[in-house]
Amino acid sequence: MNDFITYLVSGVAIGCAFALIGSGFVVVHRVTRVVNFTQGTLAVFGGLIASTLLKGALPHGIAEIVAVLSAGVIGLIFGFIATGKRGTPPLISLLITLGLSTLSAAFFILFWGQNPISPPGIGGATDVLGARIETQRLLVVVVTVIAFVVLSLFFDRSYVGKGLTAAASNPRAARLVGINVRWMGFLSFGIAGVLGGLAGVLIAPTNAVSFASDLPLALGGFAAAVFGGLVSVWRTLLGGIVLGVVGQLVAGYLSGSYQTEVALLMMLAIMIVRYKSLSAEEAK
Amino acid sequence: MLTLNDVVIRYGSAVAVDGVSLSVERGEMVALVGPNGAGKSSLVNAISGVVPVASGSIRLDARSAQVPEGRQMFADMSVEDNLRLGAWKSKDRDPAPIYEMLPDLQRLRRQKAGTLSGGQQQMVAVGRALMAKPELLLIDELSLGLAPLVVAGLADHLQKLNREHGTTILLIEQEIALAFRLCERAYVLEAGRIVASGESAELALDPALRDAYLGGEVGGTPRREDAS
Ligand SMILES: Nc1ncnc2c1ncn2[C@@H]1O[C@H](COP(=O)(O)OP(=O)(O)OP(=O)(O)O)[C@@H](O)[C@H]1O
Ligand SMILES: [Mg+2]
Repeated sequence: MNDFITYLVSGVAIGCAFALIGSGFVVVHRVTRVVNFTQGTLAVFGGLIASTLLKGALPHGIAEIVAVLSAGVIGLIFGFIATGKRGTPPLISLLITLGLSTLSAAFFILFWGQNPISPPGIGGATDVLGARIETQRLLVVVVTVIAFVVLSLFFDRSYVGKGLTAAASNPRAARLVGINVRWMGFLSFGIAGVLGGLAGVLIAPTNAVSFASDLPLALGGFAAAVFGGLVSVWRTLLGGIVLGVVGQLVAGYLSGSYQTEVALLMMLAIMIVRYKSLSAEEAK
Repeated sequence: MLTLNDVVIRYGSAVAVDGVSLSVERGEMVALVGPNGAGKSSLVNAISGVVPVASGSIRLDARSAQVPEGRQMFADMSVEDNLRLGAWKSKDRDPAPIYEMLPDLQRLRRQKAGTLSGGQQQMVAVGRALMAKPELLLIDELSLGLAPLVVAGLADHLQKLNREHGTTILLIEQEIALAFRLCERAYVLEAGRIVASGESAELALDPALRDAYLGGEVGGTPRREDAS
């Protein structure tokens, strides 16, 4: 039973990271129709930058916030490179993001080496229904929920958030009322950077990150986003958590890490199940 | 207020507008008519700055806003959000004056724009444009797909806007009879060129125009050019 709770909570925590990464996919895709494959890379940036800042004796809190904001700026720059040229088709932008993530992997090796790095988290453990759970994992869940609430308030309530939604829903009309749709696209990449960076900063203390973490993180996030139909942020959260929990249970009871395989299987299942409804929607 | 000089608009190698010059003075209500594909939308989009001009010049010394062809709602957003987004570039985002002018919108303000009827959407499109407090209002198709009664209502609003608020209006309208009734002056665009212009009353007597657009019956039921 204790094992089960441990797997469950760590699954939810990893799932939250997937959900944050996945919501980055969703935000960028809604506004620009681009699938941004630097999403996992941005999480790695977050984790690695935080580790360096903490080593540089920046206090907890400040270091993490600076790392998250840096990931946001990097996301913005990636967005500028991938979609900056007017009229770039989404598929080309996707390829550019793939290229950027490959380049970033080389950059990670150059600056942080090949070994996985795990910055210190808040440390300590907490009793959850009799199981000892690292407090960091609980922090991940709390921060993620707050992040999702802020994100949906931003989109539903703030004027800029509504501008982003407008640019996504009808770019032509958005341009006519004076919204700079391209800048809204860049902004969405920046938000995706913050979300990815947050995921990396939160997860790295319990799951070390390296240059090779980008792909599994991106895949997990993408599967969560597909669960949300690439449009719904809250369903992405649900998808991330389901994926994380299933992955941890499989890893725990079958001993061995199959997180990526589970993500791929889940994506496959969703795509097959949703294929009908998706093609029906397109036929409309 | 608005002066176009020899404006050319191209999409790739296709020429949509081929050397158009026209002008609109402050306080005027001017019609721009012509068959499908003549280049009317291209022209107002260039005036709005969302379509580039290949050559020639557009001089506009006023704040403008456009009611776009096909209404172009932010479909999943409420009527009120649609209106407020119309004021993207200004600080005053209070929709109250619009509700005063178009009371139906107040009733519908929480409804998603995509679920409204065509006429209601057109009202939202007009309201959204007015949120920018335009001195020049560009309207791309007022009557398309709307019931005559709805069109008459909208036309009243435009006339009021023009007379009481002094808003200058450039109106694209397929129903020439309506366009000529509302606007004192008109330009006729065909295949990217201005082929006639002047007082609406005089243009309505032009035999060529009557055959092409009015079915020979001035002020009578207008007929679409492509239907004749
Ligand atoms: N985005 C575009 N890309 C390529 N060609 C275009 C584009 N928009 C318009 N055109 C072409 O430019 C020409 C003028 O089109 P435009 O929409 O300006 O005409 P219009 O007078 O508004 O017609 P309608 O009465 O049907 O609305 C047409 O031949 C059209 O095919
Ligand atoms: Mg048109």
